[in-house]
Amino acid sequence: MYVEMKNIYKQYGNFTASNNVSFGIEQGKLAALLGPSGSGKTTLLRMIAGLETPNSGDIYIDGQRVNDIPAAKRGIGFVFQSYALFRYMTVYDNVAFGLELQKMPKDQIRTRVMELLEITGLSGMEKRYPNQLSGGQRQRVAFARALAPRPHVLLLDEPFAAIDAKVRTELRLWLREVVTKLGITCIFVTHDQDEAVEVADQIIVTNHGEIEQVGTPFEIYKSPDTPFVAQFIGKPSVVEGYDALNGFDAIEGAKRAIIRPEFVKISRLGKLERFMSAAEEGIVEDVVFRGNHLDVTINIKGISVIGEWSLEKDTLEIGEKVNVLIYRLYIIDEQQNRTYLCENKEMQEEDIFYI
Amino acid sequence: MTEQEKLERQSKRTRMILIAVSVLFIFLMLVVPLAAIVVNSLKEGFGFYIQAITTEYVRNALKVTLIATIIAVVVNTFFGICAAWLLTKFSFKGKQVLATLIDIPFSISPVIVGLAFLMTFGRLGWTYPAIRAINQWLGTNFRIAFAIPGVVIATIFVTFPYVSREIIPVLNAQGKDEEEAAALMGAKGLKIFFKITFPQIKWALIYGIILCTSRALGEFGAVNALSKTRGETFTLPLEIDALYMSGTDVSITSAFAVSSILVIIAIIIMVVRNILEHRSNKKMEKGEA
Repeated sequence: MYVEMKNIYKQYGNFTASNNVSFGIEQGKLAALLGPSGSGKTTLLRMIAGLETPNSGDIYIDGQRVNDIPAAKRGIGFVFQSYALFRYMTVYDNVAFGLELQKMPKDQIRTRVMELLEITGLSGMEKRYPNQLSGGQRQRVAFARALAPRPHVLLLDEPFAAIDAKVRTELRLWLREVVTKLGITCIFVTHDQDEAVEVADQIIVTNHGEIEQVGTPFEIYKSPDTPFVAQFIGKPSVVEGYDALNGFDAIEGAKRAIIRPEFVKISRLGKLERFMSAAEEGIVEDVVFRGNHLDVTINIKGISVIGEWSLEKDTLEIGEKVNVLIYRLYIIDEQQNRTYLCENKEMQEEDIFYI
Repeated sequence: MTEQEKLERQSKRTRMILIAVSVLFIFLMLVVPLAAIVVNSLKEGFGFYIQAITTEYVRNALKVTLIATIIAVVVNTFFGICAAWLLTKFSFKGKQVLATLIDIPFSISPVIVGLAFLMTFGRLGWTYPAIRAINQWLGTNFRIAFAIPGVVIATIFVTFPYVSREIIPVLNAQGKDEEEAAALMGAKGLKIFFKITFPQIKWALIYGIILCTSRALGEFGAVNALSKTRGETFTLPLEIDALYMSGTDVSITSAFAVSSILVIIAIIIMVVRNILEHRSNKKMEKGEA
């Protein structure tokens, strides 16, 4: 592990920001700290940077314990959520600031700054001041400034939060590209699961100052460990009394389950070709236009489930009866803080029957 | 008439009324009295005017005023910046109390301040034995009350909050991010201050210094309690008061003549302030272009 946190504990007054947090990130990987506001993700990032000190626990970078090493000596580049560009300095001076502090010769500074402005697509802007730049450009100046002193670790606090949706998507891909090219270890904080899934190699899900799960985006998506992750990732509908649904049995102590739209197949009444015995009959409660599809809420035996409906098909009417096939669901056990993936057992039985 | 036109007409009328009220008020309260000073100071002719403002007393008072003002401004700028930096960039216990203490000179009458210093440094004051002991030891006759040090201290006290109060809102609005970013790259305290913080507070600081200067020049109440010797420890406002109080036609005209010195200094300060403000606005516009 290149960056590692071990049993980190951090308290602000009565508020516990980090409660026994441990995780590690391999060299050259892009990791996302994902969680809702107030879950302690920014605090973790600031502790790695050295802007905050944990009450207890150890932080390692490249095998070295850095708790007592000042922030400036940790070999870290930091991009602030607000970018924190020096507003009274030009783009050039902003990027050169860290290099000047390292007492690098002037001509080398010039070469390095120009190289970074090239990488970040800001060539020709070196004489501008931050307030003469767009949000995306400021963001890239912040990147260039953080990368200039060749840090081993790049830390980003909500890097895309203040940028409009279209530019954000471009910047995400750009960040991935640059970080991969430079082979730098990178950790970024986000509350946006799409961002984490799209950009990161590894996601660390935080909640109430604790780590809920660490894994690849696929693992986090596919097998959420805890009820929190199951409810945080994807577009979950939480249902009670899930054992009333065809093909699912109750697990003792677990009252609720999570169904994601991708677990649900909606068909017009009588048009379902297979697995009739596993399907349910439901009534369309609500239809919401989502741009590239419709979100359809269906009431099955008093349970509301959301599924997607293609715009290519004739639209569904509210009150219409449909067939619904639920492939699987996550049963969440809040007492044990666990989730169980349950496949529809009727479908499996029918599979066997057909073979 | 459409609704839009009605609204426009109404806002035009409001604007006219506001302009009229403001101009009338400023004219009656500021321009007329100031003009009275100029007119009265020249009542006995220009020769008399020059004579009145160059007497031994007036020259000495001007000297004392300038000494007190310069020291007060330098001291308050330094401590004002320190206090503002401390209050905005660090968190510690008792921060709120300190912030309130800084504002005390705003809320206490200067006369009371003067008396308080008198009771601290004067013959009845609790520091008097110490001062006397030091004087005996060094063979000097150093005094605070009824001497120039007292005038300076009173002026410093009364003008203390101006610089810090101007800077604090600016520092608060800027946040700590830029400083943190600089620190992360390895910049040390003073470097951060001069490269990052100072450019942010420059204009607020200049404005604070100007306010502090104006207030120091005009201080009367606190200094009055601590300064009793005309021609030695009197400041210009005290000298003006003394001239006016002596009641003869000639001395009253002299009082106006001496007042005009303060008015002229005030006008110079205002012009400088406006030039600076104009420049800063221009710079901002250029920055945004």
